[in-house]
Amino acid sequence: MTDSSDNIRGIKDLPSTHLLGTGTPMCAGCGALEALHEIYDILGNKTVFVNAAGCMTLLSVYPFTPFRGSWLYTAMASAPAGAQGIRDALDILLQQKRITQEEDLEVVVLTGDGAAYGMGLSATSGSMERMLDYIYICYDNEGYGNTGQQYSAATPHAARTSTSHGVSGFTGYKKNLFDIWVAHKPAYVATVIGADPLDLAKKIEKARSMEGPRMIIALSPCPTGWDYDPRETVNIGRLAVKTGVWPLKEYADGEVVHTKIPRQRAPVEEYLKLQGRFAHLFEPERNEVLLAEIQARVDAYWEKVEVAEK
Amino acid sequence: MKRTLLTGNGAAAWGARLAAVDYIPAFPITPQTEIIETLADWIDTGEISGRLVTMESEHSMVTAAGSAAATGVRVFSATSSQGLLYAMEMLYTVSGWRAPFVLANVSRGLSAPITLEPDHNDILAARDSGFLQIHCASCQEVLDSTLMAYRLAEDERIRLPVIVNLDGFYLSFTREPVQIPDADAARQFVGSFDAENIRFRASAPESQAVAVLGGGPYSYFRYETHLAAINGAAVYDEIAEEFSRCFGRKHDAVEAYRADDADYLFVMMGSFASKAREAVDRLREDGWAIGLLRPRLLRPLPVVHLQKLLAKRKAVAVIDQNISMGMGGILHSELASVLYGRNDAPTVLASFIGGLGGRDISTEEFFEMAQSIRQAVETGQTPAPRLLYTQTELREVRKLQAIAQVERQQLGAIDD
Repeated sequence: MTDSSDNIRGIKDLPSTHLLGTGTPMCAGCGALEALHEIYDILGNKTVFVNAAGCMTLLSVYPFTPFRGSWLYTAMASAPAGAQGIRDALDILLQQKRITQEEDLEVVVLTGDGAAYGMGLSATSGSMERMLDYIYICYDNEGYGNTGQQYSAATPHAARTSTSHGVSGFTGYKKNLFDIWVAHKPAYVATVIGADPLDLAKKIEKARSMEGPRMIIALSPCPTGWDYDPRETVNIGRLAVKTGVWPLKEYADGEVVHTKIPRQRAPVEEYLKLQGRFAHLFEPERNEVLLAEIQARVDAYWEKVEVAEK
Repeated sequence: MKRTLLTGNGAAAWGARLAAVDYIPAFPITPQTEIIETLADWIDTGEISGRLVTMESEHSMVTAAGSAAATGVRVFSATSSQGLLYAMEMLYTVSGWRAPFVLANVSRGLSAPITLEPDHNDILAARDSGFLQIHCASCQEVLDSTLMAYRLAEDERIRLPVIVNLDGFYLSFTREPVQIPDADAARQFVGSFDAENIRFRASAPESQAVAVLGGGPYSYFRYETHLAAINGAAVYDEIAEEFSRCFGRKHDAVEAYRADDADYLFVMMGSFASKAREAVDRLREDGWAIGLLRPRLLRPLPVVHLQKLLAKRKAVAVIDQNISMGMGGILHSELASVLYGRNDAPTVLASFIGGLGGRDISTEEFFEMAQSIRQAVETGQTPAPRLLYTQTELREVRKLQAIAQVERQQLGAIDD
């Protein structure tokens, strides 16, 4: 198979026209909207976005939409099932020659981490097992953001949320959705981040050229939920990659490949200290135990990656 | 047109087949499963050309049904009981999408306690969802109603999903002689589905089911849906008339059995109404002027028909095969609201609950109910709502409890 992401080799190859309209009610500095802009520029308007309850539901508020293509809001748990109905219906219409190939659409599910990691996981699992031909985009802001950032299954260890106010923050650990998705052996799984538009574009372009379930998790820095100045969104996104907290990787043909290995990893502290949700790790005094634990988990992850690479 | 023995489930599958459905999202649940098995079998043998996809839940099944209908194909699906409730969020949602399709519900009592046998609390939980509802009492009706339901759902004055309800076991697994309409005649009657402007096409981008801000737009869309459902009453009558012309069977919105000259009426929905019909015949032999009304269309409620059919009666016994906890029979409440303030309303509108979880209603109990409403007319006192239950049944339950008690004692779980 020729890798269509070859079409995008450098930053100059990124689309110069921006397709998603402005004036949406997302928060200033929304990392999810940043990623969605970049994704939409590549997917284009021959798409139908199937949305589950979350922040992005507010993109289309009657009678306005920033999308040039189509949109269907479903419910929190069943956006992939909505995609199934649309994909199957379009296939039936094509097969019966009731529509031409030009009328066909790419079906794209758009949900937050609340739906992807939790309530919607059963429907997502079902869609992968049926090898549904669609793209799933999870914007992961690591909490139930639209309701005020309560912790979700995507919340990282020690993060303070509206439902984990204690000195240690969230005591659980971020669920490994990437591996859960990979276990289903879909066509494609990738992690992306808006702060690395080139890596993101290559992956979306690659996903677009494939068939079957193509699953994308976009880590989405969230000024409101993570408590930082909106102008830091890109910086925090870059640090998520540079510190190794958010590994950029992809799965295809039975193999997981890291698309960007931070050889000289910055200490995770650099990422954490910019965010109010981790402030309790530094003030009134440094929580060395927790900081060391977080660093150790990141180190352990990359050690495994390096061993696997040798 | 051929006549053959079909179960209610088989009849529902035949209805979907004759409507030439394109798409069937499915999920198994007793006592509905035979419907999707039958359709899957026909697809596998190439007898029909639809596509069936087994989803991982009824919630997903109804989502896929709605989104496929919103893309412009003809959709059929089927469920029962817990499945209908599991899908409840999506019932409200897809009717709001104005996605027209037909869902067969095989009625079965709700948990807890869990049971397989029928009553109408499942289907009545969906009463306010925006789905229109047709309730069947025979296998023939199940087939015919499925064809009529597509006309109703897809009518441009309505555009709402429709549930065709049949009772578990009593219809789902009971074989009855059914006239299977000629395929061409059925196709001509149902027509083809015109999605109009509600569909997804690359050349005509569409945003469906977007959020609204504030009560103004929200109320606007909710009222629109309600008014469309209301339109269903008149449209149903048109469709029933046309169906009768095409196939020689008339399925009125409200079936009236020996009711013309009746002073007394039973009112019941679903297959258990056949028991009431039998009781009416027996009572007529004893000289009673009694009949039966059976609402087939529950949403929209055929208010005008009901007012007319109930007018000037001496007394009415409403037998609900459902129970609204803390209130009582749901159909009774609906009829009371239909009749309130009308000069010609019957003075006695008595409520009885029976048939829960498939509990039988005996002919003797129908006699007792008839006596009870006649007495009410004489005394001017409407009886308090009654929960049908016999001493024998109570004794049987006590026996089960006694056995359980003895077992526990013998196992040493409790003191002697």
